Amino acid sequence: MATVKNPIPTNQNLQSAINNMKLTIDNKPIDVAGGTTVYEAAKQAGIIIPRLCYLNLETLGIENKPAGCRICVVEIEGRRNLAPSCATLCADGMIVKTSSPRVLNARKTVLELLLSDHPKDCLICPKSGRCELQNLAVCLGIREIHAVENAEVSTYRKDHSPSIIRDMDKCVMCRRCETVCNTVQTVGALSAVNRGFMAVVAPAFEQDLQDSPCTFCGQCVAVCPTGALTEVDHTSRVIRALADPTKTVVVQTAPAVRAALGEEFGMAPGTLVTGKMVAALRQIGFDYVFDTDFAADLTIMEEGAELLARLRRMLEGDRKVKLPILTSCCPAWVNFFEQNYPDMLDVPSTARSPQQMFGAIAKTFLADRLGVRRDNLVVVSIMPCLAKKYECRRNEFKVDGNPDVDFALSTRELAHLIKEANIRFNTLPDEDFDAPMGESTGAGVIFGTTGGVIEAATRTACELFTGRQLERVDFQELRGMEGIRTASVDFNGTPIHIGIAHQLGNARKLLDGIRAGMYHFHAIEIMACPGGCVGGGGQPLHLGNADVIRARRQALYREDAQKPLRKSHENPCIQQLYSEFLDHPLSEKAHRLLHTRYFDRSVKIER
Amino acid sequence: MAIYKIHLLVCGGTGCRASESAAVVESLRASLTAAGLSDEAQVVATGCFGFCEQGPIVKVMPDNTFYTGVTPADAAEIVAEHVLKGRQVARLLYTDPQHKTPVSDAKQMGFYRKQLRVALRNCGFIDPENIDEYIARDGYAALATVLSDYSPRAAIDVVKRSGLRGRGGGGFPTGLKWEIACGRQADRKYVVCNADEGDPGAFMDRSILEGDPHSILEAMMICGYCIGADRGLIYIRAEYPLAIHRLEVAIGQARACGLLGADIMGTGFDFDIELRYGAGAFVCGEETALIRSMEGRRGEPTVKPPYPAESGYRGQPTNVNNVETFANIPVIFLKGADWFAGIGSERSKGTKVFALAGKINNVGLIEVPMGITLREVIFEIGGGIKDGKRFKAVQTGGPSGGCLTEKHLDTPIDFDTLLAAGSMMGSGGMIVMDEDDCMVSIAKFYLEFTVDESCGKCAPCRIGNKRLYEVLRKITLGHGTADDLEYMRNLSTVIKDTALCGLGQTSPNPVLSTLDNFRSEYEAHIFDHKCPAGQCKALKHYFILPEKCTGCTACARSCAVNAIVGERRQAHSIIQNKCIRCGACIEKCKFEAIQVN
Amino acid sequence: MEKIKSLDDLRKKRQELESQLRLREKSNAPESLVQIKVAMATCGIAAGARAVMNTLIERTAAEALPVIVTQTGCMGYCHSEPTVEVHLPGKEAVVFGRVDARKAIDIIEKYIKRGELLDGIIPQNYERI
Repeated sequence: MATVKNPIPTNQNLQSAINNMKLTIDNKPIDVAGGTTVYEAAKQAGIIIPRLCYLNLETLGIENKPAGCRICVVEIEGRRNLAPSCATLCADGMIVKTSSPRVLNARKTVLELLLSDHPKDCLICPKSGRCELQNLAVCLGIREIHAVENAEVSTYRKDHSPSIIRDMDKCVMCRRCETVCNTVQTVGALSAVNRGFMAVVAPAFEQDLQDSPCTFCGQCVAVCPTGALTEVDHTSRVIRALADPTKTVVVQTAPAVRAALGEEFGMAPGTLVTGKMVAALRQIGFDYVFDTDFAADLTIMEEGAELLARLRRMLEGDRKVKLPILTSCCPAWVNFFEQNYPDMLDVPSTARSPQQMFGAIAKTFLADRLGVRRDNLVVVSIMPCLAKKYECRRNEFKVDGNPDVDFALSTRELAHLIKEANIRFNTLPDEDFDAPMGESTGAGVIFGTTGGVIEAATRTACELFTGRQLERVDFQELRGMEGIRTASVDFNGTPIHIGIAHQLGNARKLLDGIRAGMYHFHAIEIMACPGGCVGGGGQPLHLGNADVIRARRQALYREDAQKPLRKSHENPCIQQLYSEFLDHPLSEKAHRLLHTRYFDRSVKIER
Repeated sequence: MAIYKIHLLVCGGTGCRASESAAVVESLRASLTAAGLSDEAQVVATGCFGFCEQGPIVKVMPDNTFYTGVTPADAAEIVAEHVLKGRQVARLLYTDPQHKTPVSDAKQMGFYRKQLRVALRNCGFIDPENIDEYIARDGYAALATVLSDYSPRAAIDVVKRSGLRGRGGGGFPTGLKWEIACGRQADRKYVVCNADEGDPGAFMDRSILEGDPHSILEAMMICGYCIGADRGLIYIRAEYPLAIHRLEVAIGQARACGLLGADIMGTGFDFDIELRYGAGAFVCGEETALIRSMEGRRGEPTVKPPYPAESGYRGQPTNVNNVETFANIPVIFLKGADWFAGIGSERSKGTKVFALAGKINNVGLIEVPMGITLREVIFEIGGGIKDGKRFKAVQTGGPSGGCLTEKHLDTPIDFDTLLAAGSMMGSGGMIVMDEDDCMVSIAKFYLEFTVDESCGKCAPCRIGNKRLYEVLRKITLGHGTADDLEYMRNLSTVIKDTALCGLGQTSPNPVLSTLDNFRSEYEAHIFDHKCPAGQCKALKHYFILPEKCTGCTACARSCAVNAIVGERRQAHSIIQNKCIRCGACIEKCKFEAIQVN
Repeated sequence: MEKIKSLDDLRKKRQELESQLRLREKSNAPESLVQIKVAMATCGIAAGARAVMNTLIERTAAEALPVIVTQTGCMGYCHSEPTVEVHLPGKEAVVFGRVDARKAIDIIEKYIKRGELLDGIIPQNYERI
């Protein structure tokens, strides 16, 4: 099978390094390439300068350096005032002091100022213990906040959306969320409003997030250094459901969760904790522990069938067939699509996301099997995602007001739940998922990374299309971390062109290219978050380290490689589900339970 | 009908009136009548000559004789000698302090050379809405000369040699700025005129735009030719409707004449100018914030470097100059760099326009050569302090300048000396304060402004200025403590040291300069709970002298908050914690029994 | 408006205009024009300059006086706005401060017609290049 791979260069800093420069940082001589910032140079010299607003996930194209917090200031000989090291370029012969008394005094004074305008409710703050502001206060030994008695504190209306809570009293104006929302995701829901002391990041006109173009991707939450942006916490409601004897509570866990959950318990990023996670969930009291990977396999059956159907029509010369087909597993992407591309609503696959397919099957097929009434079956999902909280509340996914999925917890919330339940996670024995909705193939596992869904779909579609067994199931050409990737896969002489994008800004570039007729793809996979779900807004915080996301990806590919079955259509439980319940992919029942439709949610501007 | 041959102008400003100029008018008139000259000579009371130190002033027209320190007793001699015989009264002539010689002709007096209108040369002289009048005053001749006789580099050299420095506040050498922008390679470059004048009480730029808009267009074109730009943008605040209108008229006329647009005057040079409106945020006067605002983004500054000359409007090399800076450009080419460099001080060349305001007699717009002293500006041009009060301080450089005192009066004003004195040139605001001004309240007033105008991007400015303001407010309310002064000094120093842009880096200046120059006033507020200037209401105490109070109850009846108690015909007293210090009782008391301290 | 197509055009135009103005400014002929300039900057207008200008135009037109009234920018005498500068032929320009409609009429009646000065003249205190 001949394949080609044409990575489109991302918008990274391609400026070639100029000659090396020699400078002195804290009396250490150091050589750096031209274009290096003082902050990076110090890092190379082993000096970590405290910082707050600065964030650089270079390989993911996420960089925030407004130089606004003024925590990372340093003294540069010959310069009148202190320089923000994050945004100051090295110059030859520069003499830098990163912690002279002048710098320390300034840094502490500025931090005190930040704290003077910050609520002191750390005890119950969702970010407590993980808060970068709190860590700074510890690191700089702040023991007292000098300010006049009853100094004014800027306060704002708290904003609850289905996924994200904005508590802007805790905003330090680092602008990371703004950068991510605008530059990276190109969603444009958040930007600075007001000025001076009342300046804050908010949706336009300070409207609610829910009424803004927010897609609930949660990347703002993933980078927020304080408790200003946090997820809506459903753990208490889940505990209440577990405590209710009339309820049968089942849980599904998304693929990316198992590759990241361990981090919350001190394990290295990329440690797979599938078995421990299952054991913990069982110990917490869930009646059945299932796997979203099972639903991912189901998604492939439906989406793959849809792709094949459209391909066949195209090959038969049907010019009206909508291609490329777009994946629809990512709820933030769906929101983005509905807002920005209402003219292309018939393009994405109508297949529901795995979370929702799972819910629909659980509340029909499984409820039936268990002999439990729909409203007594509580479906909880553990997701790396915050948009899933919104997705499970969409009206299309409710029957008589009862949602297919009742609660979507993030990976972080699950970690909390495990800690609350006093479970010693690290020493738990590995346990297996329950049957039948716990069985999955490797194809379902890689849903959690960019390129994974399309690889899973390719494995199934290619076999079904050609009628021949694949010689190899690893499609390396679809893997990678570039923001936009393209590849062609040979379907028995028919080249199938595939486009892949992760992060919504890249998705926009790809979609705009398609709209403009620049690209001709048959299938496109889009994930809203960096690296796909492994970098989701509900994952343990990466704290600015892109390697964490990389390691999680590798873990998923490892799990895939270890699985005995690696193609969705080979999952025996899926086959059984079709034979006993759904008939065949795209059947009438499958349509009713496993497919959805999209709405025009574009913001209409009155002119 | 009488046709007067001689006019005797007598200064009727407050300063001269205080020294009996009204009586001088009367005796002059009486002497003229006595001499039978009332049909030939007219006595006129005029506005302030601005030379109050030497008042009362009498100027005799048409020969421009300038008499100083005239008393009513001198009237007869002036009439007898000067009006009747045409002989000057030598003892009343102004003596030039430098040469110790009497000067008779007012035009030869240093005082009148103290103001030199270069940037304002056409303001108040030509009709700004008529391009012909501008052309008649050598308008567009500088552009023509540059386009025909100079290479861009040579023209930049002229600007460099002139020593012109940016008038917006920073004082960066204009020629150097142009040179940097000129040296950048780019498909497109921009010339931006910063007309976002935001200092409270400042209107230098507005006056130039309203009075001489073509000079700005001409200068921008010269700049465009020098740096290789064909687009000009004027960023002007929307609350300057007249300036906007005049600019629009000027742009329209220049286009119609072929002086703006493609192939200007057949030289092949293209240049066009557009207006961009600012919404009035002070910080948008900072060039990087201005550029962001023009791009339609939130008006907040960005870190420099990169400077606009490297990456400015839409990422292209952009040269930003202030209105007044541009207004000097055509003159430099017409009169030569050497002529311009001959005006001003060692390192600050040319003139500077100031908006003179506050407790001063001649509030107005003045243009003086750099290097002039504050004393000359305040006491000669400004005509001294209003109502004969004592000078206390002058605040230069807009809201984030410093307050200078008596000891700075003889300091020559230029970019560097003001900075050294703890203030700055800024864009040219100059606010004079007298003995009735409380310096703590003044510092608080300016901080209130910067708190309001901070964009909120960097923490020291966003929160630090707010905290400074809160401490100042606390002190003016009488709750200050000894630690506050130390706290404010450290906070001010850190804000200056760490803030992102010029606004934050200078905003603590009013606090630091008043702490330095008026520390005792702070101490009086904190330790004695007194406001020496009597401005801080919370520190005023009203009380009744029992020995003077007759118990008439007038005060008690006037008190809106029932803070005054006492029986009829018995001495009254004021309940301090109820008193709102409105002062109503004092006005009602006929026995001077109520006192304030 | 006539296009200025070359540098020479500009020079010619300037000479034309200059000679016109010089004629206007320097002529000693008694029939030459009186020039009145009203400072019409924002501050002047705020202080009532527009009404003053209207009065001056109406009055001089009604009496067919040899006067031209023009607007100009800020003269800098903020303490005495509105300000009006009157340039009688062959004489030095005189600036009147705090002019209102009544004083405007006084200026015409007393100064322009009879050469008599009015109280409140503002001494010019700057040199212009």
